[in-house]
Amino acid sequence: MLHIVNKSPLDRNALDTCLATAQPGGAVLLIEDGVYAATTGTTAAARLTQAMGQVKIYALKPDLDARGMSDHVLQGVELVDYGGFVDLVAEHPVCQSWL
Amino acid sequence: MAIEVNGKQYDTDEEGYLTDLNEWNEDVAKVLAEQENVNLSEQHWEVINFLREYYNEFQIAPAVRVLTKAIGKKLGADKGNSQYLYELFPYGPAKQACKIAGLPKPTGCV
Amino acid sequence: MSEGQIKKFMYINRKAPHGTVYALESLEVVLIAAAFDQDVSLAFMDDGVYQLKKGFNTKGIEVKNFQPTYRALDDYDIQKLYVEKEALAARGLTEEDMCVPVEVRTRAEIGQLMETQDVILSF
Repeated sequence: MLHIVNKSPLDRNALDTCLATAQPGGAVLLIEDGVYAATTGTTAAARLTQAMGQVKIYALKPDLDARGMSDHVLQGVELVDYGGFVDLVAEHPVCQSWL
Repeated sequence: MAIEVNGKQYDTDEEGYLTDLNEWNEDVAKVLAEQENVNLSEQHWEVINFLREYYNEFQIAPAVRVLTKAIGKKLGADKGNSQYLYELFPYGPAKQACKIAGLPKPTGCV
Repeated sequence: MSEGQIKKFMYINRKAPHGTVYALESLEVVLIAAAFDQDVSLAFMDDGVYQLKKGFNTKGIEVKNFQPTYRALDDYDIQKLYVEKEALAARGLTEEDMCVPVEVRTRAEIGQLMETQDVILSF
């Protein structure tokens, strides 16, 4: 299934709960302020990198661009545009938004 | 909107539901029933009182399905069916009975 | 929704009760959707477990106390209420603090349940 996180990992626990809940083989898409989790040097980076062994991590590039963070993207994160966002939602039968 | 009962004004919403359920009393119910063309019998009061008790306990007006089941449990199977309840309240037990009981419109009732 | 086709619906609740309108909105959607006779379960995670902390008294803040309504869920044939074990522990709460009977599950177990759903509604 697809998990979507739209909150900064430094402000909210949405990402942590998401990563602890997601089952192996799942996908996590970071959007809006959630994209900060996909950047290098944050206190959340290690947790995200560790999760990559179990789940596939995506981040919405327009949101990274808008925040000037496209030059800080963590290795292993796959960037998608809005079309890619739609594809992910369509590919996965269920989706949980960690509001 | 408002209705007048014994010289006192009671606010209602645009569909005729009492705005403040704490203002409800039996005389208000009688006026609300008149507006619905319902002639209140003992059987009607049984349902109205049941609804008020249900609301007091759970803070919601029950859906019809839930109401019939709960009435059946409390007042017997002959009363716990939608036919009986629709005979008493032709425009829908949840909608009409709730209005007369002074409760808000049931959640999910369109 | 076609007749006779039962789908699995799970409502995920993660917000504290009064600070936002999520908790009340979720409860109303649950009650409305109950008319469709689907296989419904509710999960309470993170601050969502506070929604079930028994003993709400909302007089002082002048908002409706919707906690008694959780006790009506049984009348609506909704019996599967899952509460996140880690969330309870992190908040100094136990199963006994809940206002209705619940099943305590770890995050991972709730994650597995989520995978089995047809529809997830997020609050």
